[in-house]
Amino acid sequence: MAQQITATGVRRIDEAASIIDIQGEITARSEQQLMEAYAAASGARTRVVILNFERLEYMNSGGIGLLVTLLVRANRQKQHLSAYGLNEHYRQIFELTRLDEAIAINQDEASALAATKAR
Amino acid sequence: MIEQPEDQRAGAEPGARRNDEASWAKPVDRLSLPTAPAGAINLNVSGRKLIGPVQGFGPLWQKTYRIRLSGIATSAGAVVKIWKDNYPQFWPPGDRFYVPPHGIAPGEVGLINSRQVAGVDVATGVLVIYADAESFTFMNAAGHPVAAMITFSASDDAEGTAAQVQVLIRPSDPFYDLMFKFYGSPQEDRVWQHTLRALAAHLGATGDVETTSVCIDRRRRWSEANNIWQNAAIRSGFFMMSAPIRWLIRASRTAAKRS
Repeated sequence: MAQQITATGVRRIDEAASIIDIQGEITARSEQQLMEAYAAASGARTRVVILNFERLEYMNSGGIGLLVTLLVRANRQKQHLSAYGLNEHYRQIFELTRLDEAIAINQDEASALAATKAR
Repeated sequence: MIEQPEDQRAGAEPGARRNDEASWAKPVDRLSLPTAPAGAINLNVSGRKLIGPVQGFGPLWQKTYRIRLSGIATSAGAVVKIWKDNYPQFWPPGDRFYVPPHGIAPGEVGLINSRQVAGVDVATGVLVIYADAESFTFMNAAGHPVAAMITFSASDDAEGTAAQVQVLIRPSDPFYDLMFKFYGSPQEDRVWQHTLRALAAHLGATGDVETTSVCIDRRRRWSEANNIWQNAAIRSGFFMMSAPIRWLIRASRTAAKRS
């Protein structure tokens, strides 16, 4: 059985924005890694946390549930979540689950950061 | 012992990349249910949008119901297959789930008729947004009492197999929110605890259902208060109350045709 778990990296762009680089799978089993990454990405003055899905390989419905809880956690901190690097398939999943109404989807990192600065 | 079905993961080469494309439904703007099963009330589904935890009104809860399937040697994949194939029969009496034409599969729409307080049959529905060999997930039609994602799954570990229902739910609108603490939430517990016990009994297993509830977000989302216009309970109530009027209209039309 394949066991490609989530790998995450965190880049603090500036005081207001951080990027979480996601690699591999997002399933319910990814909770600890994703929440730890969020904690590392989130500072007192962070306004936007950007999720980089360029290297996402697999996501099931447990993974989408995890993104919902991450979104709520960020919103409680008065932060926005945005995303980039979603391929067409994962864009469709965001659309299906209506997550795209709450998580801004950008084409690439540059446009995600530009949108952050425009806020 | 029940024979294990073909599992899409079990045959995978170690380190092979998993593919989720066939497991997800395609996006839908609005639900469509061209034909309803005989005897079903087909209301509040066709033309409705999906409503999930991001769109609901009340506080967001994560409720997890889990049963350890003791006394059997059935794999998680086999449990999920049996669950999908027999899904409606595990529901409590008074609640009916009409299986979609192609079963529990991505993109299929299921119809729900549920007996609620005051004898009102609330008609609503779900879309199967995800289904694979280990789990399946529903998202509700707008107007459903809860804006939810509900995931049914089974898993194997050293102690055996366990089955689980996990719901991420917000009361859909202010009306349901008022009712949630004293009626909606216990109703959720009743349905899913019964489901797991019935599944276990079907498999010949024993076990107790463990229930955990965590409030993830206590806020009410007033921007979603307008969801009340699609409230399936209110609309189903009006539909039931107007039945005599519809009968009179049909009778007068028939009489007019004959004359």
